[in-house]
Amino acid sequence: MLISSRDPFECRETENLYRLAVNLNNNGHAVTLFLVQNGVMPARKSAANRKFAGLIRQGIHIEVDDFSAKERSIMEKELKKGINLASIENIINSLAKGTKTIWH
Amino acid sequence: MNEKTTLTFAIMDPPFESARSTTFFRLLNVAASRGYNINVFAYEGGVHLPFNKQKRHANGVHGTTLEEENHPLPKEWVNELINIAKQNNGHIEWVNCGLCADERGIDETVSGVRRGSPADFWKLASASDNSLVIGTR
Repeated sequence: MLISSRDPFECRETENLYRLAVNLNNNGHAVTLFLVQNGVMPARKSAANRKFAGLIRQGIHIEVDDFSAKERSIMEKELKKGINLASIENIINSLAKGTKTIWH
Repeated sequence: MNEKTTLTFAIMDPPFESARSTTFFRLLNVAASRGYNINVFAYEGGVHLPFNKQKRHANGVHGTTLEEENHPLPKEWVNELINIAKQNNGHIEWVNCGLCADERGIDETVSGVRRGSPADFWKLASASDNSLVIGTR
């Protein structure tokens, strides 16, 4: 699980995390990208970020922290196709299962 | 490894500055509510989180009194999380980096917090089921 907490429009380094997700996926690993805090911003339908769009094309599983979305007035219907709101409990589930979990 | 799930977290952010500390507390709340054993290694500014001398204040700019401002204090969240873990038969071991605390004058913390060093983080993480490092920029 990769946790993305930064807005790629503010922090270009975030795109390195997206690249890591793509590389892990290409190497046969199951990858979940969990968006939290300002990391949720590119999940909006209206947000255009080519690197983020590439994640969706690759079929990488993307979840959006429901609390972070609510704080920013982002409703589920405003998310890009295939991306859903999720509870932060999913991060704890991932940790408890022993899944390698990286914060960025 | 124990039967009970044990998770270790490292946090570097001070309170009142970044959403990272809020997210960190939310994660701890989930784990504590499940009765997991939780280790926290607070490093650098993170040692401020359980600082016992935090005080509520009024806000002259907003024109609010102390009661109206109802200022949240992270030390109380730390205390409450330790209680939630206990109520669910879990435990929080909170280690403040001693050197970081001395540099910042963090000489008094809420009950249940001890001093340690980065070596403690390694020991705690090694004995855990999993670890999450919430790094700052």
